[in-house]
Amino acid sequence: MSAIRVEDLRKRYGDDEALRGISFEIEEGEVFGLLGPNGAGKTTTVEILEGYRKRDGGNVEVLGFDPQRAQREFRERIGVVLQSAEPWPNLTPHETLSLFAGYYPRPRDVGEVLDLVGLADKRNVRVKTLSGGQKRRLDLGVALVGDPQLVFLDEPTTGFDPAARRAAWGMIRSLRSLGKTVLLTTHYLDEAQQLADRVAVLREGQIVIMGAPSALTGGSLDAEIRFRRNGEQVVLRTDEPTRVLHELTAEALAAGEELEGLEVRRPTLEDVYLSLVQEEEP
Amino acid sequence: MRIFLHQLRFEQLLFWRSREAAFFIFGFPLLLFVLLGSVYNGKIDGYPASSVLLVGMIGYGAANTAFAGTAIILVNRREYGILKRIRSTPLPAWVYLACTLVSSLLVFTLETVLLFAVGRIFFSAQLPGHVASLAVAVLIGTTVFAAIGLAVTALIRSAEGSSAVVNFILLPMAFLSGSFGPTRRYPTFLRAIGDVLPLKYFIEVVKGIYLGGHALWSRPGALGVMAAWTAGGIVVARLRFGWEPRER
Repeated sequence: MSAIRVEDLRKRYGDDEALRGISFEIEEGEVFGLLGPNGAGKTTTVEILEGYRKRDGGNVEVLGFDPQRAQREFRERIGVVLQSAEPWPNLTPHETLSLFAGYYPRPRDVGEVLDLVGLADKRNVRVKTLSGGQKRRLDLGVALVGDPQLVFLDEPTTGFDPAARRAAWGMIRSLRSLGKTVLLTTHYLDEAQQLADRVAVLREGQIVIMGAPSALTGGSLDAEIRFRRNGEQVVLRTDEPTRVLHELTAEALAAGEELEGLEVRRPTLEDVYLSLVQEEEP
Repeated sequence: MRIFLHQLRFEQLLFWRSREAAFFIFGFPLLLFVLLGSVYNGKIDGYPASSVLLVGMIGYGAANTAFAGTAIILVNRREYGILKRIRSTPLPAWVYLACTLVSSLLVFTLETVLLFAVGRIFFSAQLPGHVASLAVAVLIGTTVFAAIGLAVTALIRSAEGSSAVVNFILLPMAFLSGSFGPTRRYPTFLRAIGDVLPLKYFIEVVKGIYLGGHALWSRPGALGVMAAWTAGGIVVARLRFGWEPRER
C-alpha cells in the first residue's frame, strides 16, 4: 500500500505557478527524496502533504487521509520537521519531548528518543545552551516522539557542518530501520544519494526525473572527452568514447602532438542533476 | 481533559521559566503599586487613596497579564515557528488557545491576591468582602483582555515589534482608564477616549465590588461594553489570526 499518493498536484501563489501538476507515489517504509534548487516547489509540496496549505488542483492522499481535511487522527500519525523552527529556549530537551509526547495517544519513551537523537547527555540543560545542530536534532526528536508512521523532513541538514550532517544522516537511516516512511526534501544531491531509495528532481514546479539515485545516471548522458589544443579547451561528447578516443589519439600521434590535459569522464549524478535543474545555455 | 491539564502545566512552566517576561507581566503591577501607593495619600472620592489605587492596579494587572502577556507570548511563538509546529501535532487548536487563556487567568488571580496582600501589609487596605463576585470579575477581565490580545497578535507582524506595539496600547489605555489615579481632572477629550476603553469599565466594576460593596451585575452597561470588546477581539482574531510566521 502506498503511504503517499499524489496525482497532478497544482498550486499557485497569485500569478506564480508553484506546482504545475506533479505526480508520485511513496510506498510504506520507503525513504523518498524531493530534490531541487531553492524555489523549485519542494516546501510547497511538503506543506500541502502535511496539511498546512490547500492545493489548487489534483488529488492527494496521505496515509489514506486527505491532509486538507484530516484532523486529529491524521496528525497523530505524522511527524514533521520544519525548515526553521526554534524550540522553546527555556525548557530542557527532556521537558520539550515530554510536552509533545503528551499530545499523542501512544508516544515513544522520552528517554529512548533522547538516545536516538543523541541528546541523552544534554537531557537536563536548557535548550538555549544547545548548538544549532543539537537544536535541529531535538526538533527531529519532537517529530519522532509521537511514534509516527510517516515523517516529513524539510531540508533537515541545511546549515550543518559536515560532521553534524553525517550524524543527521545516521539518524535518518535509523528511521528506515524503524520501518518509518520518510519524505525528505533537500537541495544537496549527496544527501539524496546517501539516504533516499528513490528521488524525484523538481524544477520550476515540475518533476523532471524520478527513480533510484543510481538509475538517474544510467546512460542519460554521453561520455566526455576533454583536452586542450593550442591552449583552448576542447570538449567532445560521445556515446562511443572508445572509437572517438582511438581516432583522436591516432591523429595526434601521426602529427607528433601531445593532447594536453586529456581526460575521459563519465557523468556523475551531480552532472545529471545540474544539467536537469540549470537553465539551458542559450 | 488530560491533554488540557498537560498543556496547562507546561504553559505555567514556560511562563515562570522566562524570567524577564514573567517579571514584566507579573511583577511590574506589584512594583508600580508599591511606588504609587507611597506617593498618593489621603482620600479619593471618599475612599482611601491606596484602595482606589489598588483597584486601578488590578485593572492594569488584568490588561498587562491577559492582553500584553497573551499578545507578546503568542507573537513570539508564532514568529519562532512554535505555533506552526504545534499545528502539526494532534493538539486541538481550541485546547491550545484555551490553555493560554486559563494560564493567564491563573497568573492574574495570583497577581490579584498579591496586590491585596501588598495593600494590606503596606497601606492597611481592607480585604475584599465579596470574594466570589471579585473572582467572577477577574475571570471576565481576563477574558476581555485575552480576546483583545488575540486580536492584536493577529495584527502585529514581527517579534521585535511586539512589546513596543503592546506597550503603546497598554500604557495610554491604563492612564486614560484611571489605573494610575482618578481621571476626573483630565481634559474632556482624554476622558472621552477613556470612555470607550474596556479597562475603564473593568476598573469601574472592580471598584463597585470592592469599595462600593455592589453586586457584579449592578453595572450592566459596563459589562456590555466589555462584552462588545470581547466579541470584537474574537471577530478580528477569527479573521486574521495565523499560526505561521509572518516575516516572509
